[in-house]
Amino acid sequence: MAEEKIGVYICHCGTNIAGTVDVEEVTRWAAEQPNVAIAREYKYMCSDPGQDLIKQDIKENGITRAVVAACSPTMHEPTFRKAAGDGGLNPYLLQMANIREHCSWVTIDHDAATEKAKRILGAQIHRLPLNVPLQPIEVPVNPNVMVVGGGIAGIEAALKLAATGKKVYLVERDPSIGGHMAMFDKTFPTLDCAACILTPKMSAAGKEPNIEMLAYSEVTQVDGYVGNFKVKVKKKARFIDTDKCTGCALCTEACVVRKVPSEFDMGLSKRAAAYIPFPQAVPLRATIDPTRCLTLTGKKCKQPCVAACGPEAIDFEQKDEELELEVGAIIMATGFQLWDPTPETRYSYGKLDNVISSLEFERISNASGPTGGHIVCKNGEAPKSVAILHCVGSRDDNHQEFCSRVCCMYSLKFAHLIKEHLPETEVYECYIDMRTYGKGYEEFYKRLMNESVHFIRGRAAEVSAVALSPEEQGELVVKVEDTLLGITRRLPVDMVILSSGLAPRADAKATSQIFGFGCSSNGFFLERHPKLEPVSTVTDGIFIAGCCQYPKDIPDTVAQAGAAAAGALALVDNATVKVEPTISYIDPEKCSGCHICVGLCPHAAIQYNAEKDAAEVIEAACKGCGVCVAACGSGVPQQRGYLDEQIFAEIEGALVV
Amino acid sequence: MKYLYFPGCSAEATGKAYDISTRAMMEKLGVELVELDDWNCCGATSYFSVRELDSFAIAARNLAIAQEMGDDEVCVICNACYTTLAKTNRYMAEDPRIFEAVNGALGAVGRSYDGKVKVRHIVDILVNDIGLEAVTERVSRRLTGLRVAPYYGCQFSRPMGSFDDVQLPTTMDRLFEAMGADVITDFDAKTDCCGGMMMLTREDAALRLCHELLTAARQYKADVLVAACPLCEMNLEGYQPRVNKTYGTDFNIPVMYFTQLAGLALGADPKQLAMEKQVVSCDPVLAAIPA
Amino acid sequence: MAMPSGEKIKICQQCGTCTGSCPTSYLMDYGPREVIAAFRAGMIDKVVKSNTIWLCTSCYYCTVRCPAGIKITDLMYELKRMAIKYDLTPKTSRNPAMTKIFVDSVRKHGRNHEVELMAKFMLTKDWSLPFKFWQLGLKLFTAGRMPLTATNIRGREELEKISAYLEAQEANAQ
Repeated sequence: MAEEKIGVYICHCGTNIAGTVDVEEVTRWAAEQPNVAIAREYKYMCSDPGQDLIKQDIKENGITRAVVAACSPTMHEPTFRKAAGDGGLNPYLLQMANIREHCSWVTIDHDAATEKAKRILGAQIHRLPLNVPLQPIEVPVNPNVMVVGGGIAGIEAALKLAATGKKVYLVERDPSIGGHMAMFDKTFPTLDCAACILTPKMSAAGKEPNIEMLAYSEVTQVDGYVGNFKVKVKKKARFIDTDKCTGCALCTEACVVRKVPSEFDMGLSKRAAAYIPFPQAVPLRATIDPTRCLTLTGKKCKQPCVAACGPEAIDFEQKDEELELEVGAIIMATGFQLWDPTPETRYSYGKLDNVISSLEFERISNASGPTGGHIVCKNGEAPKSVAILHCVGSRDDNHQEFCSRVCCMYSLKFAHLIKEHLPETEVYECYIDMRTYGKGYEEFYKRLMNESVHFIRGRAAEVSAVALSPEEQGELVVKVEDTLLGITRRLPVDMVILSSGLAPRADAKATSQIFGFGCSSNGFFLERHPKLEPVSTVTDGIFIAGCCQYPKDIPDTVAQAGAAAAGALALVDNATVKVEPTISYIDPEKCSGCHICVGLCPHAAIQYNAEKDAAEVIEAACKGCGVCVAACGSGVPQQRGYLDEQIFAEIEGALVV
Repeated sequence: MKYLYFPGCSAEATGKAYDISTRAMMEKLGVELVELDDWNCCGATSYFSVRELDSFAIAARNLAIAQEMGDDEVCVICNACYTTLAKTNRYMAEDPRIFEAVNGALGAVGRSYDGKVKVRHIVDILVNDIGLEAVTERVSRRLTGLRVAPYYGCQFSRPMGSFDDVQLPTTMDRLFEAMGADVITDFDAKTDCCGGMMMLTREDAALRLCHELLTAARQYKADVLVAACPLCEMNLEGYQPRVNKTYGTDFNIPVMYFTQLAGLALGADPKQLAMEKQVVSCDPVLAAIPA
Repeated sequence: MAMPSGEKIKICQQCGTCTGSCPTSYLMDYGPREVIAAFRAGMIDKVVKSNTIWLCTSCYYCTVRCPAGIKITDLMYELKRMAIKYDLTPKTSRNPAMTKIFVDSVRKHGRNHEVELMAKFMLTKDWSLPFKFWQLGLKLFTAGRMPLTATNIRGREELEKISAYLEAQEANAQ
């Protein structure tokens, strides 16, 4: 082959590399290697002057290949390839040699590191002459976006996108959008009424022409790739014609099945089989629960709902609808579920009356809740004392290791609401640390201290009903060490609120697998980078926002929703998206059509072309993982940029030092 | 069905009734108990306080003997024995140094132990091996109307947690429910400590704990407290008069080994169950159930 | 032998669940939480000399409820062993004496002889006990729950040999 002129650039990366690797020695050595025309070292190659070195050498010194020995390609390969491109060299004629994550960062032995750096660099120098120019592949992008989950995160993301003119499918599993926020009473720290600030957004989402609302629907299958997702959505049958239904709720009053625990009220009240989950539901349409309706479960019913319905909207024959939608980007906003305190048996949740969860308290405090907003015990009387226990199931190796961020604030909120409704009631907050980190949060804590709430620094040891003194008769007793005083106290109270943490949804893992991205070890959806890419996933085109990524409060949720919308917009606002060309190519002449690679491809990026009797790569979906290359018995698939001869050259280069 | 049986030291002395009633009860159920040959004291809490590896080693001697007798399960009746033997298994499995040291020590006396003998609490065997159905079939005196407070004690499900919840276990509850009793299922003091050996060394502490337990039993209107550990039974029953003396209370709550009550339900004669050995009389209980 | 999971002491949140759960913490000079704080502050000697460790009943509430997974009961055992080894037991505490009597009884007979335990303890540590105890003692005796003779197991020499072996190992290791 013709003589190539390789430019070698060795980055100090401050002291990250230079502190361990003798960069001068490696530079000297590199200059002596075959085909190397120029070898330079620089403190920070990724900086503008650093990149300029490459561009200048291309323009003025005619280098035809380049290698940057620095950090990991996941950090800066795009940076340097762009620099090469700007300098006039095909970007794929530049390689990176990772002498940081693979070298200087894994040893303190200077000699060993220098030696290894030479080998790593040598591999790239040796293979560069075999690199060929490649062109990125452009695929068209569908301008529509799907938002999965209709809570505050999903609603916000949908509204922001719709405002830019994009069409958004908002898919929500429950009969109405609103999510958990619709259940709250007031929100911290401003004490805004949750419904008052949420319903305008819900209403706007319902009316927005660019948003196609798919409530009571679920995603069942996702195929495709960035810019070109094909999503199957099951629109569950409400057994009500939503075009005719006016949301008048007469069917819900007429229905004879009246004892279904209301999910919205956390089981504290009952709904009918025909129901509207809450009065401000969007869309405001009734739904008939097929597991409880007498007609739908094959029993006899006079069907008073039909008689009550003026517009004749009830349709027991209605079937689920299967939709196939095409979108360019997807935003996951599926939210959280409250950690169920039942396994924390020392608090006797579910066994002792008046030990309630935080969401149950929200409903009790809420004016449209099961008690009409009166904070009462099970016997209907107002509690004279309430204990609020922090960190239930959180920061605990036995349950969830992580902190759920919002519980300290909502616990303080509860204390305030109790004091507001019942000024004479004693409120105890049993906490380990007070995590009031946000804007206005520390001030809120101070406010509560001013409201004469008793703060006891100690995690409650147990809640029991055994009375050891007259004051404890008939009460719940919270046993807790007041660590600041060094005394173990028994608090007789009428009500105990368990501030349990936020857990990932039970089907989070399964959901992530449908969409093709991963979960963190704590079960929440995994972001692409914890600091710099909190709303992207490793799968291009799929974004996450809100508590499905990790517990957070409403301000952060709304901010993330906006960020995800921006990310999605950046993608779908272009007609095309560029896809890396370092992907697999199958020569149809050589392929025998055996189908092995088709089934093995983890990204479903290979399809069988019957006409050609050969497998063929769907270029935009291929991630260049190499599985097909390894699997094919005939060695037909070739990965551009990682051809066999290129890989062998790397190996040789690493061995010859 | 047959089980190797580890009675424990108390079963020869203050806990005699537990041993006697266990044997009687198992006979009614058609289960054979073969006493572990030449078994030694498990060491309980005292040995751990003095010498750690010795504790594991002497406990393991019993398990080694079980293996030599050709069995891989041992039935244990005392909470402390259960915890000590089961803890030995767990720590030997988790820490190779302990495994080696124990086997080295056993080797010095010509024995060895591979850690594979299952230590089973008798309550676990009753409910999970023999099964509630089989037990219920053989109940000839249903305990209808008898309010039973099942007192598990602290070392029943702690720290092992192998077969029941560490805070609020229910195995004994289910046993007595199957026998027709009115079990106080929300007796949430059921695993609070009775004080154990402290009754001799720090009587004030143990008496206070027993006072709390008896107060709870009274609050829930228990007709009888059943225990699964000789120390627990002794403290709550034997020392009940001292609790009364110290606190000016008038507790007169029958406390029995659960095997005594279960044995009664299964048709055994009170004499076979050593009921006359109780300090606090069990006559009210006997009166409440059919003859 | 090092305590299993001893390194977890570093991640104690000082939440107080252990002290709050402990049935005898109200009597302790330092509750379990403070014991861990003392450890981290390098002041464990204060704890070992206090009454704390000998009040632990090994009920394991602390261990199963600790959110950091610290095996607090095992920590207490280790401190007890240290206290006995370096003779740091407080003079007022009677538990150490009891545990030693117990171990001696087991070594002698292979099983602990309860009457011997109680007799020795009363004689050496608490003359008032017979006065408090005589009624119960009589009832137990007449009920056959207090055998005066001890059972000696065949293998009681084995227990001696086991201890001797382990002591020798420990001596070698040092």
